[in-house]
Amino acid sequence: MKAFILDVFEAAKIAGRALRSNKIRSFLATLGIVIGVMTVVLMITIIAGLNMSFQRQLAAIGSGTLYVDRYPWIFDDDFFSYRNRPRISMKEYLAISRYCTKAKAVTPYSDTMRPVGFKSEVLSGVYIVGTTDAYLETSDVMPEVGRFISATDANANRDVVVIGTTVAEKLFKERNPIGQMVRISGHEFRVIGVLEKQGTMFGQSLDSQAIIPLGSLMKYFGRHRDVTIIVKAADPKQLDELKDELTGVLRRVRKLGPADKDNFAINEQGQLMSMYTQLTSGVYSAGIIIGGISLLVGGIGIMNIMLVSVTERTQEIGIRKALGAKKSQIMRQFLIESALICLIGGTIGVGLAWGGGKIINQWLPAVMPISVAIASTMFAALVGIFFGIFPAAKAARLDPIVALRKE
Amino acid sequence: MGRKMAEDGILIKFVNVEKTYQIGEIEVPALRAINLIIHKGEYVAIMGPSGSGKSTMMNLIGCLDTVSTGEYWLAGENVSELTDNELAHIRNRRIGFVFQTFNLLPRANAFRNVELPLIYAGVGPGIRKERAIEALKNVGLGDRINHKPAELSGGQRQRVAIARALINNPSLILADEPTGNLDSATGEEILQIFDKLHSAGNTMVVVTHEESVAGRAARVIRLFDGQVVSDTYNHVHAQTTME
Ligand SMILES: Nc1ncnc2c1ncn2[C@@H]1O[C@H](COP(=O)(O)OP(=O)(O)O)[C@@H](O)[C@H]1O
Ligand SMILES: [Mg+2]
Repeated sequence: MKAFILDVFEAAKIAGRALRSNKIRSFLATLGIVIGVMTVVLMITIIAGLNMSFQRQLAAIGSGTLYVDRYPWIFDDDFFSYRNRPRISMKEYLAISRYCTKAKAVTPYSDTMRPVGFKSEVLSGVYIVGTTDAYLETSDVMPEVGRFISATDANANRDVVVIGTTVAEKLFKERNPIGQMVRISGHEFRVIGVLEKQGTMFGQSLDSQAIIPLGSLMKYFGRHRDVTIIVKAADPKQLDELKDELTGVLRRVRKLGPADKDNFAINEQGQLMSMYTQLTSGVYSAGIIIGGISLLVGGIGIMNIMLVSVTERTQEIGIRKALGAKKSQIMRQFLIESALICLIGGTIGVGLAWGGGKIINQWLPAVMPISVAIASTMFAALVGIFFGIFPAAKAARLDPIVALRKE
Repeated sequence: MGRKMAEDGILIKFVNVEKTYQIGEIEVPALRAINLIIHKGEYVAIMGPSGSGKSTMMNLIGCLDTVSTGEYWLAGENVSELTDNELAHIRNRRIGFVFQTFNLLPRANAFRNVELPLIYAGVGPGIRKERAIEALKNVGLGDRINHKPAELSGGQRQRVAIARALINNPSLILADEPTGNLDSATGEEILQIFDKLHSAGNTMVVVTHEESVAGRAARVIRLFDGQVVSDTYNHVHAQTTME
């Protein structure tokens, strides 16, 4: 074992010297590997970054929560089959809150985009969310100052509003917004609270919103609108049972016959997750195919360079054999040389991917997993060994006499 | 016949050795029906015109090549029955080669060239360095350790090759026209080293064109057209011909 390690060590030193004495060729030989490793690692870096931020954002939707909507988030049929569905309205909301036993909290939700003004300041494009006090339980929101909509606010359709941090900053600057009157499309609302900062979800700011009682939303901005009913499960593990129960309640309230199809949709986070996985797995396979092809091309390049190298160094091989080098030792020397080229190429590729990730990170989240960096460098070395086998075997098989006669 | 054949004092034994090279369709006989015995400690010169088979014989003796028919016994072992690895081991430990064209690695310095056989003998770097420098000093190149072959004269290169041939303390030294590429003064230096090696008990086999070189040896074997035509002992010995 010790002798073997020594052998490998010697072979690595010989290989290192051979590479240094032919720098340009070694560099060209390794280019394909550099590109291959860079592609794969960069691809994985981007996807890993997206995954991380997507999962963080998805957590906001809540995994133990169902969303009763008119349409599914992801259409699995053509649009026309959904066209004649009735709106989800307060009727369904009332039925669910009355009959559903497996829900911890139920809240209706509807939104519209309106300008919000305070004195001379106006902020356009604010998401006006209409809901009830139960929204605190079904969603991931919290007032930072002041309070949230109360049950009384909701039942009495009071004109009160809880604003997001962006709205507070833009309209009030340093001043305290609590108790001030803001205008939402001209209707006066009293600010009762400011939400905690929430960041963005799928590229949209969650802080440019204002929450008012659903009744007020309907009163000023129209009753005939789609409502989403958010249902939080009492037990997140019993999401499927909750779904069955909801389906039953909704079919009853809509008086659907046994032959009728559901004319509503029950959405959940998992759908988005599976769509996302589908999407990224496509990108993944593309990355692996591109990377694989460049590694293949790179490997063939290495094989060619090694074959040239073996031919050029025929005499050297003859001398080594005449001095007592075994076939296995010659084989090892060339295998290690080719692995070393690829290892260096892989390291450069990882380095470039790391730099590329840093640049891309300014627009897209990109995180390079260290395990991927190590694994791809090792894989590059394996590619080197694999494509080095043929040239190394050719070197090892050389007849010392023939090799020595060659000048 | 068994693989081992112990016969006192015999180092090299050729029994009806033939060597034929195949060039496409044509068979070129390089050695024909060679019978030969060389004892331990002998100093033998092999002479003959170009193409007579001298190098072929050296390569067989040095286990770089194998016989076509017949048997070659080295130190009681039938070489045709040895594996590649065993042959490599013999070349590494028991035989020191000196070539006409030196056969040094051009990109490696004198030290790296000399340590090569030690690498393949599995000797660690510390001892290698010590022994390689020692060997270079012994051939008078203590101050040329880091020189590459291109930075050395012909005589110096051949001395590096000799240091390399001796590094593993082989008992058999084979030299194929070692002075062929050297002027006579430099050649003389090399021959003096050979004389010393012979006095130290090594078996020497030297291929040469030059009668003056052959004159240093105790025994001269002459080849012609792949056959031994004479086998003579210089000075005190009477002329004998192998049957
Ligand atoms: N590798 C080889 N392939 C084919 N023919 C060879 C080979 N080596 C030597 N020969 C032939 O064998 C004969 C003897 O060659 P060689 O032993 O090199 O002679 P010498 O060293 O006496 O000049 C020559 O005819 C030569 O052409
Ligand atoms: Mg010759």
